[in-house]
Amino acid sequence: MQISVNGQTEQVERQSLEDYLTTRGLLGRRIAVEHNGEIVPKSQFSHVMLEDGDVLEIVQAIGGG
Amino acid sequence: MTDTIQVGSYTLKSRLLVGTGKYRDLDETGRAIEASGADVVTMAVRRTNLGQNPNEPNLLDVISPDRYTLLPNTAGCHTADDAVRTCRLARELLDGHQLVKLEVISRSRTLYPDVVETLNAARILVNEGFEVMVYTSDDPLIAMELEAIGCVAVMPLGAPIGSGLGLQNPYNIREILDQLNVPVIVDAGVGTASDATVAMELGCEGVLMNTAIAEAKDPVKMARAMRLAVDSGRLAYEAGRMPRKRYADASSPETGLIE
Repeated sequence: MQISVNGQTEQVERQSLEDYLTTRGLLGRRIAVEHNGEIVPKSQFSHVMLEDGDVLEIVQAIGGG
Repeated sequence: MTDTIQVGSYTLKSRLLVGTGKYRDLDETGRAIEASGADVVTMAVRRTNLGQNPNEPNLLDVISPDRYTLLPNTAGCHTADDAVRTCRLARELLDGHQLVKLEVISRSRTLYPDVVETLNAARILVNEGFEVMVYTSDDPLIAMELEAIGCVAVMPLGAPIGSGLGLQNPYNIREILDQLNVPVIVDAGVGTASDATVAMELGCEGVLMNTAIAEAKDPVKMARAMRLAVDSGRLAYEAGRMPRKRYADASSPETGLIE
């Protein structure tokens, strides 16, 4: 299936958000995740199943004024 | 100095607030922030670069939320909706932290605030429980409205962002100070230490800056200069300056002169 992550499309297997973030090396990092426009609390990562056409935004803190 | 500044539910020890943009690297960022003595440090929220090494140091590893009060900004947002979305993400990123710097910028080369969208976003954010420090123009009526909405600090520009022109609007800033009860913090426009002192001598509660430190030849030294400048300006404001006179007034007694 196909999902969009930070504006890029990716082919992935159906899996939980937690599994996807683990594969990406992002689990446990200081990030915040939006799934189809809704923020997903860290405690819910394992409960969200990714579906075809889903849109993820994954953000972090960077320098700014 | 032992005085503090109260911004919403936060008691701040430093009247200098600093940004983390434009530094050469995270090491320099950390050293400059440390030298500034600031406890409020701004940051931006951006998409994680999925291609990068996940073990690469992150801003929050250098500027620890345990040590500093992080102030996520909404830089780059052109609408109220974008700004609100960014603040919600920031709150999640920082484990429920409610303090945000709202800025909604027009697309023009001046980077002037879009006050209509700023007001709209401020209403939503305050309603959602955020403590909003708001970047705005130097219009006293807009500043009063932002206070009425419930923003915890109003932060007018002293000159365009990143311009380093120094305070171009002392009469507007003075008028805003006269009208508001929440802290007024000059955000943007400072170029060098004396500019920060001027803002503080007017009676501002604080100064927020980024480029003036980050783009100095020696950012760490400039950070220290700014810390001293802000403290000096505040002390001078509290001390109360002498009146200006049009003519000279000798400092030494004019009596008892030898004949």
